Formats: sequence, structure tokens, C-alpha cells
Amino acid sequence: MGIELLGKTNINFIRLRKITFILSGIFVFVGIFALIQLFRGQANLGIDFAGGTSVQLKFENPFQLDKARHALEVNGFKDSELQQFTEGNKLLIQLKRSAATPEVRLGDRIVEIFTKEFADNKFLIDSITEIGPKVGKNLQHDTLIAVIISAIGMILYLAWRFEFVFGVAAAIATFHDVLTVLGVFFILGKEVNLLLVTALLTLAGYSLTDTVVIYDRIRENLRLRTRDPLADVMNSSINEVLSRTIVTTITVFLACLSLFFFGGEVIHDFSFALLIGICVGTYSSVFVASPIVYEWRKGKKIRIRSKR
Amino acid sequence: MWRSIKWRLGLIVFFLALSILFLIPTLIESLPKWWTKVLPTEKIHLGLDLRGGMHLLLEVEVKKAVESALDKYASDIKNTLTKKDIPFHQVVPTSERKISILLPDSKANDRFSQIRSDQYANLKVASFRQQEGKFQYLLELHTKEEKSIEDSAVRQALETIRNRVDQFGVAEPVIAPQGENQILVQLPGVKEPQRAIELIGRTALLEFKLVDDENSLEEALKGNIPPGVEILYQKVADKDTGVVTRRPFLLKRRALMTGDVLTDARMRIKSDFNEPYVSLDFDARGARLFDQITAENVKKRLAIVLDNNVYSAPVIQERISGGKAQISGSFSPEEASDLAIVLRAGALPAPVKIIQNVTVGPSLGQDSIDKGIRAAIIGSILVVLFMAVYYRFSGLIADWALVLNIIYLLGALASMRATLTLPGIAGIILAIGMAVDSNVLMFERIREELRLGKTVRAAVDAGYDKALFTIIDSHVTTLITAVVLFQFGTGPIKGFAVTLSLGVMINLFSALIGTKVIFDWINFKKQLKTLSI
Repeated sequence: MGIELLGKTNINFIRLRKITFILSGIFVFVGIFALIQLFRGQANLGIDFAGGTSVQLKFENPFQLDKARHALEVNGFKDSELQQFTEGNKLLIQLKRSAATPEVRLGDRIVEIFTKEFADNKFLIDSITEIGPKVGKNLQHDTLIAVIISAIGMILYLAWRFEFVFGVAAAIATFHDVLTVLGVFFILGKEVNLLLVTALLTLAGYSLTDTVVIYDRIRENLRLRTRDPLADVMNSSINEVLSRTIVTTITVFLACLSLFFFGGEVIHDFSFALLIGICVGTYSSVFVASPIVYEWRKGKKIRIRSKR
Repeated sequence: MWRSIKWRLGLIVFFLALSILFLIPTLIESLPKWWTKVLPTEKIHLGLDLRGGMHLLLEVEVKKAVESALDKYASDIKNTLTKKDIPFHQVVPTSERKISILLPDSKANDRFSQIRSDQYANLKVASFRQQEGKFQYLLELHTKEEKSIEDSAVRQALETIRNRVDQFGVAEPVIAPQGENQILVQLPGVKEPQRAIELIGRTALLEFKLVDDENSLEEALKGNIPPGVEILYQKVADKDTGVVTRRPFLLKRRALMTGDVLTDARMRIKSDFNEPYVSLDFDARGARLFDQITAENVKKRLAIVLDNNVYSAPVIQERISGGKAQISGSFSPEEASDLAIVLRAGALPAPVKIIQNVTVGPSLGQDSIDKGIRAAIIGSILVVLFMAVYYRFSGLIADWALVLNIIYLLGALASMRATLTLPGIAGIILAIGMAVDSNVLMFERIREELRLGKTVRAAVDAGYDKALFTIIDSHVTTLITAVVLFQFGTGPIKGFAVTLSLGVMINLFSALIGTKVIFDWINFKKQLKTLSI
């Protein structure tokens, strides 16, 4: 046989639940706080949702960020957010709706300013994005619907495949992951934009997959070992699939790591979200999803619905 | 057993050949002639974020179209009343999209009511008041009529913009209605985005208006603008300094003629000054009208107004017949030729507002392609190496499934004319990760079965059987997300959903058939005692 990362493990995951529930509680709390701030407009909402203008320029030579900021300030753009990518001398300028005048066409103004103020350092226009407030609102609305529909879809599927409590527990674990990543982004002050939402939905799918694999094994073992205590069955099921869980996490993590380091600035935050999410997703399917089912059902006997 | 193996291998090879067939146009620059005649020539379609280009969402201000329809009704009603000798105090469009009509007596009211029901069935009475023997009406359009004006404004705007874009010359533009009153315009690889926006977003309403010499411009500028008169400006650029000044004109509000009588507009160069101008050709009606206007207003100044900017206001020296005119101003050749395009394509029925503009320059697009591909390749190599090290020989079988997966996925993208975006590349990488997961699930199961002391063949079969439903479960949940994203996502996100959902489905095939058949084949050729897994 090839390498085994883990031999036969026998970790008592169910007993660890007191600690992990507290840990997860903190994650979820931060995530919910971030979500509330988001709806109150206090978080760093991307211009695709909030509306606004963003311009990315690629200069020929290195430039001073301060000089760029100064150039914008003297020309009446006080509240612009600047970000510098040293690789390729790139500069990203963002004007959020709240800071900018309501008209849409500000991109050209910014380009004009830099053509004038940076006359000695030529640049290419990498991108100009101008989003009207209505478009942002529409996108917020559509995104919310997408999130709700996919959540409902997954719960229904799981409820059909397993028992209802499994579906609910899996959904809780999934929301836990999404909220955790959101919380991390909030704390780091990173931007919440459409790409992040995409990453979160992807993570939801990934985390669910992980949970389903463990549930499948629990169900299989419950059927075989009807006399054993629930905690034992659950523990050994998680232990049995543990090496799969870890190997898969490593491979997906490797793929995302490559995106993170080599994918360029456009999907940098996207892959960052995936990286955290993969770790949290793995953690939650082991330490959150299964213990919830245990808490719910420890006194009662679990009905097994056989669908095979 | 052998038959089943042959059958499955055949299926794999068939799809492999098909995928490569569809991929060849993307991989090879110039295809031989015989190929282009019968075989697929579609390349993998790159999204705007990779290819560079412009994505615009325009909102047609349909209420303006309704307003101008009401303006027309108002002046029509005025004409009718005058013609029939019905006295009236007032027929004016109001700012709330209504027409206010004030009639002096009941006789006028009776005759007007008759005309209203006969000729103006599209208008309904919003309010009616009788005060001190006078009759006041507020008329508005029927909701149905209003809707149809709005719809046709959007349709016309779409058609006009399509004409303009066609003449501007962009390869594979997308111009499509979206929602109730929005128009989506995508211009891949457009070189001068600024120029394109000017060209598309301009209303291009051409009007000929008389300069008002009876009233004083100074007074009007102070704010005392007489009724029926307006102030519009001409932008004048100083030839030496380049400083732009705005020169005011006092014009009669009523347009004598508009751009809808044009049959052609061309950019020309005045030979003596080397100065570009736009020549206009009128149709028969326009020629007659222009002839009449110039005959009646000799020695007066006629302003040529485009979107409420005065371009020139020459003095009419003599009656002009022949149906030709020209617009001169200080144009650059590009400006003049763009102006000719918009005039040829016609005015928009209502102004449009740009509510979304996403422009990606070719430099960033190429950068993203390069980085995306590099990340995908490095990611794949890492995963392939990990599998080979961790599962040895079986890992190589999984890697084979992985390669199969990627080729199938790219082939499917090319054949379905799906659009590849940067998040789409991320989707591929994620699908790679998931493809491996299916194999990991099976391999771990096979290892367990082997530990129980089963023979290689029994362990492989049992491993696959037991992992099957788990694999399906996990793929379905991902597919749910992907499909929802596809339904609700736009642009780049849609691209992500496309590659992810295709990836998931192809995954199922290559995981369940692609690797298993290799195990079966080897097992069939020589009974394995041990399995390197």
C-alpha cells in the first residue's frame, strides 16, 4: 500500500463537542455581526453591490502611492480607496457610491487626472468599472435570492436522502462555514463583492459534500451496529472516513493554493476565501455537523431510512 | 467481462476523440481548408474579462419618450382646434406627463369633447374642472398606450444602437434587451472604449431651429426668457490654446425640422482648409421642407442643434433646394465620422443612461489568461504529484482520470460555445479538486476492503459500490449550487457556474467509468494478487 497519513485513528470527536461548540459559537457570532454590519452598510461592500467606480491602471514605471493619493485629493476625490499591486506597477482606485457624486461616469475623470498628474509615467488602462446604484441594488437582490434558493435546494435534497435532522444539521454546519469566512473577511476589512459571494456558495457546496460523506458512513454503520451507543457509532464513523477527509482537503487546498499564489490580483481574495473555507468546512463537518445530530438524538433512537 | 471492458473503453476513447476534435480549432492557429469545410471551427469562447472589452448596461429613459409623444399630441390638438376655429386659452404638456387644456366656454367644450372622442381615443381624461364658465381638462395617455410607447422606445433604441455598433465595426458584439427598459451591449476587444460610449450613448437628436433676433440675448441670460424661446450653447475651442468656451444662442424653441428626414450623412473634408465636416442628404419630404424653410427665412440665422448643443448657426443667404446641408464645427476626423454614423443610424427615441460600465483593457485580459492558465497548470501538477505519491500506482490511474476530465471539460466548453471567464478557470481548478475527491473516496474504501482481507477484484468492486452513492450525493449538492449560480449569476459568475457544473457532471462519468475500467482491465489481463494503492 501507498502512504497512509493516518493509521487507524480513534479520536473521540463527540466528546470534544463542548470545546468545539464554544469555538464555533464565536465564529458564528463574528459572522452574524459582520452580516448585520453588511446590511447596515457599515462593512466594506464592493462597488458591484454598493455602486461606484473603480479604475485599475498599469504604469510603465514604479510610482509612489502617496503621490497618486495626493493627485486624486487635489482634484476633488478625497474619499477614494487606493490599492497598489507592486507586481506590474498596478494601481486600483475605488470610489464608493457614498463617497462619490451620484453620476456614473467618473472613470474618465480619473483617467484624465492621472494623464495630467503622471505625465512622465505612462500607463495602460487595465479596467474601468462604473456601476449605477440601481444595478447594485438589483444585484444585491438577485444574490440574496440565489443564496436562499441554493440553501433550500440543498436542505431539501439532504432531507430526502437522509433524515430531516441530518438535513438541518448539515445546513447549520454550512451556514457556520459561510459565516466564519464572512467574519474573517470582515475582520480583515476585505471587500465583500460578487466574487466573494460566489466563493461562499462554492464553499457551501464543498462543505456539504464533506458532511454528506461522513453522514453516509454514520448511516451505514448505524444500520450495521444497532446495539452500540450512538456516540460510539458516530465516533468510529468519523474516524473511518478521517483519512479521506484529510486527503481530499489537501488536494483541494493544493489546487486553491496555486490559485492564490499564481492566479493574479483579480481572483486573489476569491482564492483566499476558498482557502479559509476549505479548512473551516473540513473542521465543521467533523466537529459541528455530526455532534449536532448527536445532541439532537442522543436520547432517542435514530430511524434509518434506507434509500439505497 | 471483456465485452463490458471493451464497451466502456470504447466510450472513453470516443468522447476523448470528440473532445480533441472540438479543441483543435482552439489549439491550432490556422486550420487547413478541408478541416474548415466539415469539422468544427469554434474556438473556446473567452469572456470579456479575459479577452478585454466593454460591457455596458443602458437604461432607456422611456418616460422621456412618453413626454415627447405627449408634446406631439399637444401640438396636434392645438392645430386641430385652430383649424376648426374652436377657441382655447391653453393647450400645454405639463411636467407630470399630462396635457392641460383650458377652454373659454361650453360651446367650445362641446365641440372639443366630440373631437376628443373621435380623434384622440388614446388620451383619457385624468381630471376635469369647470370654473367660472371655463373648462379645464387634464388629459393623459391610456396606460396601455403608454406601455406601448415605452416598449417601442426600447425596441427602437435597440435597433438604433445595433445599427451604430455595426457601422462602428466591432467583431461579435452582443446587443440584447434586458429587463423592462434596459439594453445590454457587449463589445469584445474594443480598442477605444471612450469613443464607443460616445457613439452608443448619444441621443443624436438633430434639430434645425431659428435664431431669435427679436428678443435680447442679454436679457434672456439674466433670466428673463420669453415664452417659446430657449438658450442653447455652442462649444467653441480656440485653435491655438485649445481652451473651450461656451457661446450662448437665443433660439426659437420649436424645431423647424429634425433628423428623421435624413437619408444619408457622411464625413467629408473641406479641401481648402483640410477641415472635416458632415454632409447631410434629405429625403423628398425633407428637401421640400428645407427648401420652404430657407425660402421663408432668408437673411435669418438657422441653428443646427444636436442633443441641445448648437453646432453652427449660419445665416441663410438664399433659398436652398436640392436637399443637402452640412454641419461644420471644429471636428477631428474621428469626431466627424462618428457623428455621421449616429446621424445615419438615426436618433434614439429617448435618451439612454449608462447604468453599468465594465471595461477591461486588453493588457489585463491577457494578464488574466496567462495567470489563470499558469495557476491551473501548477495546481494540476501539485494534485497529480500528490496522488501519485500517496496512492502509488492507483494514484496514477486517478491522474489518468484527471487528465481525461480536463480534456473532456475543455472539449465540452468548446463544443457548447460556452464562455470561459476568469472565475471559470477557478471553476475548472475546483472541479479538478473534486475529481480527485471521487477517487480518494473510492481508494480509501478499497483500502478498507483490502484490510478486511478481500481479493483485489472483490475489494475494487466493493469499494466502488460502496463509494458510489456518496459520490453521487456529493456531486448533486455541488450541482445544485452551480445551477442556481448559473440562473442568477451574470457575466463572470455565470462562467464559473458553467465550468463547475460541466466539471461536476464530467467528473461523475470519468470517476465511475474512467478509473474503474482500468482496474478491471488490469485485473482481467492478469489476476492481481496485490494492489498498489
